[in-house]
Amino acid sequence: MSIIIDRRLNDRKKNAVNRARFLRRYKEQIRRAVDDLVSRRSITDMEQGGDVKVPVKDISEPAFRHGSGGDREVVHPGNHRFQQGDRIPRPPAEEGGAGGQGQGEAEDDFVFKLSREEFMNLFFDDLELPHLIRNVLGDVRDYKWRRAGYTPSGVPSNLSVLRSLRNAQARRIAIGAPIRRELEEAEAEYARSPTTALAERIETLRARLSRLPFLDEIDLRFRHRVREPQPVARAVMFCLMDVSASMTEDKKDLAKRFFTLLYLFLSRKYERVELVFIRHTDNAQEVDEQTFFYGTQSGGTVVLSALRLMDEIIEARFDPATWNIYGAQVSDGDAFGADPEKSRAFLEDRLLPDLRYFAYVEIPDEPEALGLLAHAYARIDHPDFAMKSVTERNEIYPVLRELFSKEAA
Amino acid sequence: MSKPSGARADRSATPRSGARVQPPSVQPLSAGGEWSFELIDTYDRAIREIAVGEFGLDCYPNQIEIIASEQMLDAYASLGLPIGYAHWSFGKEFIRNEHLYRKGHQGLAYEIVINSNPCIAYLMEENTMPMQALVIAHACYGHNSFFKGNYLFRQWTDADAIIDYMVFAKKYVMQCEERYGEQAVEEVLDSCHALMQHGVDRYHHPAPLSVEDERKRQIERERHAWRQYDDIWRTLPKAGRDAERRARRSERIYPAEPQENLLYFVEKHSPRLEPWQSEIVRIVRKMAQYFYPQGQTKVMNEGWATFWHYTILNRLFDKGLVDTGFMLEFISAHTNVVSQRGYDQRGYGGINPYALGFAMFSDLKRICVAPTAEDRSWFPDIAGSDWRSVLDFAMRNYKDESFIGQYLSPRLMREFRLFAVADRQSEDAYLVDAIHNDDGYRRVRRLMAAQYNRDNQIPDIQVLRYDRRGDRSLTLRHRRHRGRPLDDDAEQVLRHLHRLWGFAVRLVTVDENDKEVASREIKS
Repeated sequence: MSIIIDRRLNDRKKNAVNRARFLRRYKEQIRRAVDDLVSRRSITDMEQGGDVKVPVKDISEPAFRHGSGGDREVVHPGNHRFQQGDRIPRPPAEEGGAGGQGQGEAEDDFVFKLSREEFMNLFFDDLELPHLIRNVLGDVRDYKWRRAGYTPSGVPSNLSVLRSLRNAQARRIAIGAPIRRELEEAEAEYARSPTTALAERIETLRARLSRLPFLDEIDLRFRHRVREPQPVARAVMFCLMDVSASMTEDKKDLAKRFFTLLYLFLSRKYERVELVFIRHTDNAQEVDEQTFFYGTQSGGTVVLSALRLMDEIIEARFDPATWNIYGAQVSDGDAFGADPEKSRAFLEDRLLPDLRYFAYVEIPDEPEALGLLAHAYARIDHPDFAMKSVTERNEIYPVLRELFSKEAA
Repeated sequence: MSKPSGARADRSATPRSGARVQPPSVQPLSAGGEWSFELIDTYDRAIREIAVGEFGLDCYPNQIEIIASEQMLDAYASLGLPIGYAHWSFGKEFIRNEHLYRKGHQGLAYEIVINSNPCIAYLMEENTMPMQALVIAHACYGHNSFFKGNYLFRQWTDADAIIDYMVFAKKYVMQCEERYGEQAVEEVLDSCHALMQHGVDRYHHPAPLSVEDERKRQIERERHAWRQYDDIWRTLPKAGRDAERRARRSERIYPAEPQENLLYFVEKHSPRLEPWQSEIVRIVRKMAQYFYPQGQTKVMNEGWATFWHYTILNRLFDKGLVDTGFMLEFISAHTNVVSQRGYDQRGYGGINPYALGFAMFSDLKRICVAPTAEDRSWFPDIAGSDWRSVLDFAMRNYKDESFIGQYLSPRLMREFRLFAVADRQSEDAYLVDAIHNDDGYRRVRRLMAAQYNRDNQIPDIQVLRYDRRGDRSLTLRHRRHRGRPLDDDAEQVLRHLHRLWGFAVRLVTVDENDKEVASREIKS
C-alpha cells in the first residue's frame, strides 16, 4: 500500500544556502543593479526589497552546444499553408528554427527579487557600516522590555519568591482546610471520650496534614516581561544641498546616499520623520524630492540663503519644543566672499541651539582639497555638529558615526 | 485544511475488484474540491485498484508526500531530487522559478516524481482533490510504472540507491567544503557542471550504486595514497624497470579507443586532481548518469503517464466513484496539459512532449482496437491485437527516438499537421522538406525521430589522446554533426576542463570524414 506523508511542516528554506551563494557569487553584478535602484528610488522608499536585473550572459553556465550554422531539419506542428518544396525567407535575426519563436519578453536579463534584508545589506555594504549600526538600522523597530505581571512558567532567575510562597500558603490553607476541620472535630470528641480508634484517626489526619507539600510546582510564579515598542516621537530632517552647476550627477548620488542613511537612522528612532528639501544656488527654495535630486538649476552660490530658509521653516512649522530637528547639508564647498563666515555664524548661533544634530558633507572636486565653506565651518565647536569631506561612498558613514554611536548605544 | 465529511468517503473506500456492472448503491468518493489525508488514501486505493488490478501496471511501492508551494520551488531547483549538495547554480534556478511563480508568469508543476524505490511523489497542498487524484494517477501509477519498466531506466539507474547516494554526496561535499574551503569546492563543481552532459556512458553499464561501498572505496583510496607515498622508493633502482619503460615509450596513443565519457576520463586520469576532487567529479558524473534516461524518454514518459491518468480517471467515472464536477475540473486540467500550439501561434515553444506522447499512446490503442485500412498497411503486426500488451511492449523497449520512428502514424501526422523545415547552410532560405502527405509521411517521421536523437542535441565530443609520457596534454575530438559548429561557450567549457586537467587541453573539430577543420587550445 502507498505511504502518505505530510511534509508541509518540513524545512521550507532548503535553498536558502544556494540562494545566498548565488548572491555572493554575483555580488558585483547585483551591486550594480542595486546602484541603479538606489538612484531611481525616493529616500523614503529606500528600505524595501526590489527587482534586480542581471544580464543573463554574466551568469550563464557554459556547456558544449551546437551553434548556428550547418544543416538541420526541424519538424513543426500546425502546417496550414506549406507544400513540399516551398521556400521560406530566413528571418533577419539569427533566430534558429522557422517562424513563430513567440514574442515573449527578451531573455536578456535575469530578473529576481531581493528581499528587504538583502537589499539593505548590499546598501550598507557600500557604505561600510559597522555591524552594530547595521543591526540598529536593520531592525524594524526598537523594543523595550516591560514588566507585565506574573506567569506560572519561566526561568529560575525570574522566580518571584514572595509570590510563590504566598501562593503556597494559600494552597496549603485551602487544601488543608477540610482535613483540619475534621481533625478539630476528632480532637474535640477525643477530649470528651478518648478511644484508640479516635486516637488513630487523629494520627492519620495529622499525617495527612503534614504530607501537604510546603512548596508545590503549581505555586511557582515568575516575573513576566513583554517586549513593547518604544515610545515614539516625531522628527524633521532638513536636507540642504547646493545645486549649482558644479554639483555633478555622481556628487548628487553620494549626497542621496548620505541623506538616505540619515533618514533610515531617524526612521528607526522616530515614529514619524518629515523630510524638508531645500536646494540653493544664490537663493534657496523648498522643493520636492524629485526636483531636489534631479531638477536642474544654475546660478551662483549663497549658502546663507538656505540656512535662512531653514530657520524660517522651523519658525513656521516645526516648533523645536515638540519636534526633533536634524539638519544635513551637502555642498561642493564653493562659497564666495563673506558668505561662508556669515553662514558659520548663523548656523552656530542661530540654528544649532534648536537642533538635535547637524551634519555637513563636502564633496570636493579633488580629494583633500578643503572648500571655503568647510574652512569656515571647521571653526564650529559644538557636540552636535559634524562635518567631513567625502569623495567615496565608504566615507559617508564616518560623518554620522558620532551621531550613531551616541544614539544607538 | 478543513476536513470534508469523512463518513461518506469511507463507506466506498475500496471498490470491489472487477466490479464491471455498477451497483446502484455506489457513491462518489467525495464531493467538492477539499482534500484530506483520508480522502487521498481513499482515492489512492481506488486508483490502485484500477491501475494495478484492472490494467496490470507494474509499479514500485508509492510514497506520497504532501508539500507546500515553497517546498515545490525547492524541489524544482535541486533537479527534482529531495536532497542535493549546495551550489550556487541551484540557487539561481530557485530564484528564477520563484520570481516567475510569484509574478504569475508560470504555474508550478502539479507534481514531481522521483525515480526511486519506493517511488516518491510530491503533491502540492494548494491542489484540489480532483487535481490530487489526477496527480496520483499520473505520477504514482503512470511515471512509476514507466520507471520500473522502461529498459533505459532499468539499465542506467538504480532506483533503490539514488536517495542514499544523494545523502552521501551532500555530506561528502559539505565535508570537503569544511576541509578545503567553499571556494575550492565550488570551482570543481562549476567545472564538472560544464561537462555534465558529457559525463554519461551510453554503451557501458554503470556498476550499481551502493552507499556503503562508495564510502568504503573512497576511504580505502585515500589510505592507499597515504601508504604508497614513500619518496625513497622512487630512488631505488629496480630490475625490469627499463624494460617496462621501453614498453611504455612505445605506447603511441592512449586511450586506445576514443572515450566519450569526459568526466569519467578526468576522474580516472587527471594528473592534477586531488583524491577529494576526483570524488566530486565522480558525484557529478553519477548524477548525470542518473538523469540520462530522463532526457531520452521525455515524450514517452510523459505520454505514458498522461495516457494512464486519462484512462484511470475515466474509469473512476465509469464506476461512479467520481461525479461530473470532478470530471469537468479534471478534463480542463488535462486539456491544458496536452494542448499543442501551431508553429505560428503565440506561445509556441516547440512540440509539447505531453501532447505528442499522449496522442501517440492513445493512437496506438486506437490502432489495436479500431484499425483502419491505412493502419493495417502501416502497422500490420499490431493492428487489431490486444492493446494492453502492445502498449506495455512499447513502454518497455523504446526511447523517444525509436518510439517515434516506430509508431508515429500517418493519421497523427495529419492531426498534428507536421511539416519539416530544412535549414541548409548552402541555401539562402529555409526549405519545406516534407509535409504530412503520402510522399512525406516516412520522411517527416524519420526527421521527427532524429530530432530526439541525442547526437542532434548534444555535440559529439570524445577524448582522443592523453599524452601520458609527454607533456600530459589532453586532446578532445569534436566530430561535427552535419556541419554544425560549436557555439561560443566552447571556449569557456575548455577552460573548465583545463582547470580539472591541469595541463594543456586541445579541442580538435573534424568533419564527417575526420578531416580537421578547426582547433582550439588552452595551454597549461
